[in-house]
Amino acid sequence: MTTTSDAPKAGFRPSQLIYDTRYRSLTIQVIAFIALMLGLSWLVSNTVANLSALGKDFDFGFLGQRAGYDINQRLIEYDSASSHGRAALVGILNTLLVAALGCVLATIVGVLAGVLRLSKNWLIAKLMAVYVEGFRNIPVLLWILLIFALMTEATPQPRDFREGGGASMIFGDTVAITNRGVFVPAPAWGNGSLILLIVLVLSLVAVWGWRRYAHKTQEETGRILPIGWGTLGLLVVPLTIAFLALSMTSGRVTQPIYVAGGIEGASLAEFGAAQQGINACAVPNSTESLNLRRALRAEGLRFNVVPVTTAEEAIAAAEAGRCNILSLPASTDAATVPAGAVALSDTIQRGSPVQFESPVLGGFNFEGGLQLRNSLIALWLALSLYTGAFIAENVRGGILSVSKGQTEAAFALGIKPSRTMRLVILPQALRVIIPPMISQYLNLTKNSSLAIAVGYMDARSTLGGITINQTGKELEGMLLLGLFYLVTSLVISSAMNLYNSRVKLKER
Amino acid sequence: MSDTHAQTVSFVRETMLPEAEPPVGNRGAILWMRENLFSGWFNILMTLVSLYVIWWALAHTMPWVFNGIWNAGSLTECREIRNATLGEGASAACWAVLGDRWQQLMFGFYPRELYWRPVLAFVIFLVAIAPVLFAGMPRRALWITALSPFVMFWLLWGGTAWFPVSIALGFVLGWAALRALAPIAGPLVAVIVAAALPIIYWFYTAGPLARELEQVVALRIEYVPSQDFGGFMLSFIIGIAGIILSLPLGILLALGRQSDLFIINKISVGFIEVIRGVPLIVWLFTASLLLNYFLPPGTNFDLMLRVIIMVTLFAAAYIAEVVRGGLAALPKGQYEAADALGLDYWKAMRLIILPQALKISIPGIVNTFIGLFKDTTLVVFIGLFDPIGLSNAIRASVEWNGIYWELFVFIGLLFFICCFSMSRYSLYLEKKLQRGHN
Repeated sequence: MTTTSDAPKAGFRPSQLIYDTRYRSLTIQVIAFIALMLGLSWLVSNTVANLSALGKDFDFGFLGQRAGYDINQRLIEYDSASSHGRAALVGILNTLLVAALGCVLATIVGVLAGVLRLSKNWLIAKLMAVYVEGFRNIPVLLWILLIFALMTEATPQPRDFREGGGASMIFGDTVAITNRGVFVPAPAWGNGSLILLIVLVLSLVAVWGWRRYAHKTQEETGRILPIGWGTLGLLVVPLTIAFLALSMTSGRVTQPIYVAGGIEGASLAEFGAAQQGINACAVPNSTESLNLRRALRAEGLRFNVVPVTTAEEAIAAAEAGRCNILSLPASTDAATVPAGAVALSDTIQRGSPVQFESPVLGGFNFEGGLQLRNSLIALWLALSLYTGAFIAENVRGGILSVSKGQTEAAFALGIKPSRTMRLVILPQALRVIIPPMISQYLNLTKNSSLAIAVGYMDARSTLGGITINQTGKELEGMLLLGLFYLVTSLVISSAMNLYNSRVKLKER
Repeated sequence: MSDTHAQTVSFVRETMLPEAEPPVGNRGAILWMRENLFSGWFNILMTLVSLYVIWWALAHTMPWVFNGIWNAGSLTECREIRNATLGEGASAACWAVLGDRWQQLMFGFYPRELYWRPVLAFVIFLVAIAPVLFAGMPRRALWITALSPFVMFWLLWGGTAWFPVSIALGFVLGWAALRALAPIAGPLVAVIVAAALPIIYWFYTAGPLARELEQVVALRIEYVPSQDFGGFMLSFIIGIAGIILSLPLGILLALGRQSDLFIINKISVGFIEVIRGVPLIVWLFTASLLLNYFLPPGTNFDLMLRVIIMVTLFAAAYIAEVVRGGLAALPKGQYEAADALGLDYWKAMRLIILPQALKISIPGIVNTFIGLFKDTTLVVFIGLFDPIGLSNAIRASVEWNGIYWELFVFIGLLFFICCFSMSRYSLYLEKKLQRGHN
């Protein structure tokens, strides 16, 4: 304890190490330190002895070696010839992807459920109570497996989407839910998408300026400007105008299709009928390649896509004979058109700044669009619903923690209900809600390691799974994996501490 | 004047009217429905949406549940019965799998003729936990609680009874050392000796002592290896062991984190943050893959024990944070009052601080326990047969290949019952310990 008695006059005696509070704390600490060091050195010496007995060494060189396994879900380029380090990075990005998606959905679900559980409507309040208690009291692993089983066992196969198969796509034939995953439209970027981006940035700046101006006006004159409508208008109107204008002008521009080994002026159908196989050179995710593929599909032609990155590369690939069909802008100089290539009578549109490519049923599976694998969807939904139940409780607690007097005081001052919520209740409730909510985000990130249950390739499955099995480097692999999670946790919790110190009540 | 009244008013009511019921629309069920379900257009919309959701959910699940088939030997047989009675493609659960395999789901591969042992151990657990949970029980019963872990250990694993006895002797030894040394050498030395002595005893003397005693008087029941444990029994053992062991450790860690002693404080902070920063599943893999590296060469100990140790450390770090919250929430006056009374550190903690801090922390502690119990399902990934692992095993058998939902529903329901009752108990305790004015 911190109490100190009068300092004894006599000199130092050894017994003071035990009986004198001034020295005793030092004694305890020294003993604890020695015990800790002894324990650590015991562990390290054991590890060294065990490693040498197994003939293993401790180095991280395995990260540079060839991985030799495939990863079906990846955000960056990766193939089996890449290194273990690259595989670990793919896994880490996958973990962060599902964590980020999960946090967003969990927040939406949690806030909705938390607010609705306080609703005056008895039925919906009880419904939300069932949701919260059900998810909180059953292991998340069971939910992941359950949703994964739902996705794989209770959804139709791709072949059921054929005529008379009994399954159909939803949202106007744009989304297909199959047992191989959910296929959604993928964006393709065309001419002028950069302009669109610039317009978006400019409107964000304008929104910021408008909000500042509105606040300043209210401070000075008391006049309240419509912040919400202004923001919405500033965001939507310029973007819509820019998109429509670009679509009307450059989007309508047509460009010829060049083919190798065809007759000039023939139609696409005639060319297709004469060829053995069609290889199209196209830049992935561009509207031109999307429109070219659409034109080919419309003729019922089967084709392969040779991915290239630029128009020049496409020309070079065509000259090398790697592809026999490509499309170039009409303004292209005739000299740069690949040798031996001729233009067909059919043309395609350059396309709007952004177009969406819907998935279509191909041979055995859906083609085009974005395939969200069942493993990702099941993990994402289960983690979000599970964490959402906890967040709902935090939100409910936060709202209940604001005393009723605050609302009544705001009403007494003549403040509108919506503004009372925004200016009086929410700022006070958020102070209670946010810290536990961030620790729920942390839990969600850590729970994403349950990806192992559905075969989603996250950091644990690549770095802490296949890599360890292939290289036999358990110690190093687990160390790196632990370090990754630790760093992620510390980053998130330090962000929380920063927030906490910002919103803390400024007391004396 | 007195008779004017009689002329102008022909009738004066002399008795009160009996109280009338409110109008039909303003009372009972109708009022309640008007207020809670149909108070405005938005409310009506929400009611209709909720009704639709409930109807949709029930319409999809209830036929399946209530058409369930309880008597069949395999999934194919189930389907045949369904086709014969309900028609092709009807929705019907095959609950027969539960009747066929419930022993496995509950006990794993524990020998059938020995089922009475885990059941008896569970009964002993319930008896032992009662005095802790409910203050109305006689305090003497706490002795049963103190002895019960050793008895339960013996019942579950079997083998010689002298082994748990010699382990228990270690605790007696530590307690005796504390009582004997405290008056002579002061509390600090006594605590250090009382902590070190049992550890040395367990390392070097406990095993031989148990063997010697076994030579003298043989007290054996059949030994069951850990590999045979499984199902909910496994979840309960890991969960309960983790809960019992992690609470004291967590409290110590919390005290360490609140301590003024620099080194103790930093050790506690480091331990808590490292444990909490990494997911349990990584710790479990560490236990199964790496623990052998950290122990003297040639040591090989039970996977289940390793899991219990890991789960305990994991839960202790979380409990430490909860208890720290409780310690921090106490007004500083309480600490100063304890100092003013001249209590030493441990007495102050035991008599003043912890009873209040733990009371504040109860909801958090119970939540940690619920989380720990749910997390016992993760052991499936390191090859132990928890209920989910067994559901995979059952699905892999020829008779029940392809059965999903029935097993999930059963497992989910059992977990729900356990966790929900734990959270209700925490509510009860919160109410009971309420010492405020309201």
